[in-house]
Amino acid sequence: MDLSDTPAEEEFRARLREWLAKTLPGLPPQPSPDDWPGRRAYDLGWQRRLHDAGYAAVHWDASPAIRLIFLEETEKAGAPYVGANFVGLLHAGPTIAAEGTDGQRARWLPPILRGEEVWCQGFSEPDAGSDLAALRTRAWRDGDAYVVTGSKMWTSHAEVADWCELLVRTDPDAPKHRGITWLAMPMDAPGITVRPLRTLAGSAEFAEVFLDEVRVPAANRVGDENDGWRVTMVTLSFERGTAFAGEVVACRRVLGELAGAARENGRWDDPALRRRLGRLHAEFRALWRLTQWNVSAAQASGGVPGAGGSVFKLRYSHARQELYDAAAEVLGADCLDLDRPWTLDRLSSLSYTIAAGTSQIQHGIIAERILGLPKGR
Amino acid sequence: MRFRLTDDQRALRDGMRQLLARRFDGAALRGAAERPERLDRALWRALGEAGFFALRLPEEQGGVGLGLPEAVLVFEEAGRVLLPGPLAATHLAAGAVPGAATGETVVSAVDGGLVEWLAEADVVRGDAPGAVPMRSLDPLTPLHRVPGRAAAAPDPVAVLLTAAEQLGTAARVCELAVQHARAREQFGRPIGAFQAVAHLCAGMLARSETARAAVYAAAVTADPLDIAAARLLADEAAVRGARDCLQVHGGMGFTWESEVHLHLKRAWVRTHRAGGVTHSEEALAAALTAGAA
Repeated sequence: MDLSDTPAEEEFRARLREWLAKTLPGLPPQPSPDDWPGRRAYDLGWQRRLHDAGYAAVHWDASPAIRLIFLEETEKAGAPYVGANFVGLLHAGPTIAAEGTDGQRARWLPPILRGEEVWCQGFSEPDAGSDLAALRTRAWRDGDAYVVTGSKMWTSHAEVADWCELLVRTDPDAPKHRGITWLAMPMDAPGITVRPLRTLAGSAEFAEVFLDEVRVPAANRVGDENDGWRVTMVTLSFERGTAFAGEVVACRRVLGELAGAARENGRWDDPALRRRLGRLHAEFRALWRLTQWNVSAAQASGGVPGAGGSVFKLRYSHARQELYDAAAEVLGADCLDLDRPWTLDRLSSLSYTIAAGTSQIQHGIIAERILGLPKGR
Repeated sequence: MRFRLTDDQRALRDGMRQLLARRFDGAALRGAAERPERLDRALWRALGEAGFFALRLPEEQGGVGLGLPEAVLVFEEAGRVLLPGPLAATHLAAGAVPGAATGETVVSAVDGGLVEWLAEADVVRGDAPGAVPMRSLDPLTPLHRVPGRAAAAPDPVAVLLTAAEQLGTAARVCELAVQHARAREQFGRPIGAFQAVAHLCAGMLARSETARAAVYAAAVTADPLDIAAARLLADEAAVRGARDCLQVHGGMGFTWESEVHLHLKRAWVRTHRAGGVTHSEEALAAALTAGAA
């Protein structure tokens, strides 16, 4: 067992640190959370800088250990989050790289890496959330195109996206998990209506997308027709692997800020609060170690994160909610003030046990796929 | 970074698991619970021969010359089978107390207000005048209370080895629960097919695997904060895991015959060792304001 950097990792870390120290002070100010075009421009600009410095493909090309160092160092330095580039860099990009043709890679990967195109995820539907394979959006083959009709839900960044990784049902008679196809849909195609959805945190973070006979070129199909479920599983294993790792570092920073705030307002004298924060400190330290453990396992088995990601996702999503509940205790009545940053974070943390597979779904994955318990209802 | 067991570490763990399977199996555990307060000296010497106590002692002093990661692996195995005796105290005495390294001498230590295995120990480290026997909750851990002792700052190695034993319990009770959930049928199907039971088991694994990463990492870094964190995670995984295992076993779990109660009782005993959870929580909290998060 070795937690120290190899010489190559050490060099990567040192070079990245130096670049971050040089680059971050020159960044433009962050746009307001509701300014979607502003956020798109800002996030693409950040990706462009990463590209020019040689870090564009760090989420996919490099070893998982290098990815982890990248997430750790950028978060510690307070660098921008992946933001609007999330789906392109962490979902669609790796999927196209793994399952696409040479022509598809050449068409879609460079603009993601250069910070020129934004992707959104058209997976979930009103009746197909955790039961993703229940999706009903239909696609018919018509000449050299698929004609798509249906609707998608909870589509992050749909308003500002150029492309959508879209799951459609191409064979309604096939068993539920067959009959699904993965398409890259241009968001400017006729027949697409995007309606922003307001979240309980008050922001319009994602959208409903309505598809009315949208023509998607058949050449935009990634993987075989009716083989989209397998392609999707590749995408989801990336999602649960290291997608949240950088946030763990951020949570540790928040804990330090909470302790500082508690010292200032006198709450620190309460041993129960101190012990609660001490436990959270232990939790986030352990979650970082778990990430390193999972990443080392993935590295040993060829790069795709395994079911261990479900353990991480389950534990992290609850820890994040507990962190902001503890913040509320530190703040006292101020926790009801929406202008305190931790208040919004507390509200948005409520999505963590739901998005990317609910906690109940993760429990089911662990029970069936890791522990080998019988399938049940 | 290669945060995986090396082949040597895997071999060491497997060797210890085999030794314990031969010398202290489930029948031996239940037998020991029927005649408590007696330590198996032959087993203690066998552990000594296998290097359990001398593991971290340098080779020039007759030890095995390995490190904390290896110690954690063998203590995890001891925890899995609920091996009785003052294991950590004797391990920590190797090189300082004659005979401890080889398992000839059983060494216990005053830990906060308690001493484990006082009557069976050849040597007790620390000051234990006026020690009063307790009727110990754990039939396999005789306890004496030492009045008027203020808790000193614990030895981080003792904390870590305790966490390793807790990890062993956490992993073992998860296995026991899963085995039972697969085999036991109610309403015409294995109870593991019921979501409520499956989710209990999944929660046990999620806690024990998170604790495992924390304990192993703390063994590698030897950082006192990593050790404190590992302790809290491992305590939680062991205590809640044993409780949930008992729940999965239902009425059978509430009998003396089932070994589940022995895991829970030992896990409770261990939470009071080496400063207890309070010390670890306060240390981690204090580090937050020192900017060491």
